[in-house]
Amino acid sequence: MLELVIISALNGVLYGLLLFLMASGLTVVFSMLGVLNFAHAGFYMLGAFFGFQISKWFGFWWALLLAPIIVGLIGAAVERFALRDIHRSGHVAELLFTFGLAYVIEEVVQIVWGKDPVDYRGPPSLDFPAFSIFSTNYPSYKVFMFAISVAIFVALLIVIKRSRIGLVVQASLTHPQMVAHLGHNVGLVFTLVFGVGIGLAALAGVIAGPILQTQSNMAASLIALLFVIIVVGGLGSLAGAFVASLLIGLIQTFAVSLDGSLASLFGPLSPDAPQFLIRNIWTVTIAQVAPIIPYALLILVLILRPMGLFGTRET
Amino acid sequence: MLEVQNLHAFYGKSHILQGVDMRIGAGEVVSLVGRNGVGRSTTVKAIMGEVAPHGSIVFKGRDIAGLPSHRIAQLGLGYVPENRDIFPTLTVRQNLVLGIKDSRKPGRWRLDDMLDMFPNLATRADTPAGVLSGGEKQMLTTCRTLMGDPELVMIDEPTEGLAPLIVKQVGDLISHISQRGVAILLVEQKLSIAMQISHRVYVMGHGRIVFEGSPAELKGNSKVRRDWLEV
Repeated sequence: MLELVIISALNGVLYGLLLFLMASGLTVVFSMLGVLNFAHAGFYMLGAFFGFQISKWFGFWWALLLAPIIVGLIGAAVERFALRDIHRSGHVAELLFTFGLAYVIEEVVQIVWGKDPVDYRGPPSLDFPAFSIFSTNYPSYKVFMFAISVAIFVALLIVIKRSRIGLVVQASLTHPQMVAHLGHNVGLVFTLVFGVGIGLAALAGVIAGPILQTQSNMAASLIALLFVIIVVGGLGSLAGAFVASLLIGLIQTFAVSLDGSLASLFGPLSPDAPQFLIRNIWTVTIAQVAPIIPYALLILVLILRPMGLFGTRET
Repeated sequence: MLEVQNLHAFYGKSHILQGVDMRIGAGEVVSLVGRNGVGRSTTVKAIMGEVAPHGSIVFKGRDIAGLPSHRIAQLGLGYVPENRDIFPTLTVRQNLVLGIKDSRKPGRWRLDDMLDMFPNLATRADTPAGVLSGGEKQMLTTCRTLMGDPELVMIDEPTEGLAPLIVKQVGDLISHISQRGVAILLVEQKLSIAMQISHRVYVMGHGRIVFEGSPAELKGNSKVRRDWLEV
């Protein structure tokens, strides 16, 4: 049992960090440009497939370096040449555009790589167990994922809190026009932030691809989860996105690994009456309801604290 | 230094500026006064590119009409907006740092000068600017714009809602800016400090300039004051 808890906790935190790599870009782009980017998870998927392709040609380390940059540049181009013009037509147009873009990305991926999962593997040099907990070997590739995610998180924090460009970004979140009056090119900052946000999502795709399945449907299931995270964390709040990512990561991981049900809670003492009346609910396992837990959390947060855990405005 | 000719601007379908003409020489202090809603702020916003301008705006020999705001600012035109747009979550010091356009080229104002000049800002240098009082916010926004070393500063309603003592401080600050050779366009509803510190005054009414002259001339012209200024 303890073994299961420790392994699940490690996996949960790791999954949470991956989610944060994606949610951070999504939430910053939202508060800066006011765009809920439905295509964000699509860029994560592009990252995974680009990572797969580049690692097939040149090896994993090149993929790790190049795929996020290429996808980030694509993202920046989308902001500069499409979203910026569409922005003038209002939020509905923007929403529809990113919605459509998500489908376009999915279709393109299917045309190029097909519908089946591709055989994307991590680097052979990390193909050994890092340490053992009881009888379980923890792969060093996962340790490497930890390191990358934490490093990115720290770097992001330092850039935003300490650097001049970070100051410009923070100020542009609330007063873009004033920042422009001070002589800063806010349009360029927007493109940069969008590109970096997309690049981070792609990075998540590159490192997650080998352990999760790299498949053309990997984006669709994820985007809803990302929205849950940024709403629960509070729209526009990086700290909120971080906490919510870890929370969702842990909940998801523990829920699927626990095999309990209401019936098993009572063990042999389980009364017969409920079985008779609400048998379906009584015997459902936690693992079976795992997928709906984040959405239940979303509803709970929206009822009790509509601005999210760390947010400052109503969602 | 700045020459505005036949400037028009629109908000949707309403024709706000209907041919504004004005000019500001190097080092000059000029006031633009008028009642609420005559287009004073719109004039400044059109010059800064925040509202789309129609007409000619020449700054240092270059037509800037329609350039993006940040390009205009980089050419040396500073703007202090009327709503004192400080960045509330950033500290006072960070607000000032954001005013610097090019950190490699030191301007005539340094961060320490600003903090020396305003002890209130110095003691709160590392607190979020959102907690400052109205007067302190005005000083901060003005200082922030000065950090970018502009050659002409346009200050919109700096004394609005401030206590008389603070209004005097704002007046002193503007005189001080002028002494360092920076031209100033002061936009005000009330005549108070405008009459004391300006070299020339423009009175605006219904989207165009209705009077131009020295403060003394405006003082002597009771018709203009009655028709266009007094409530």
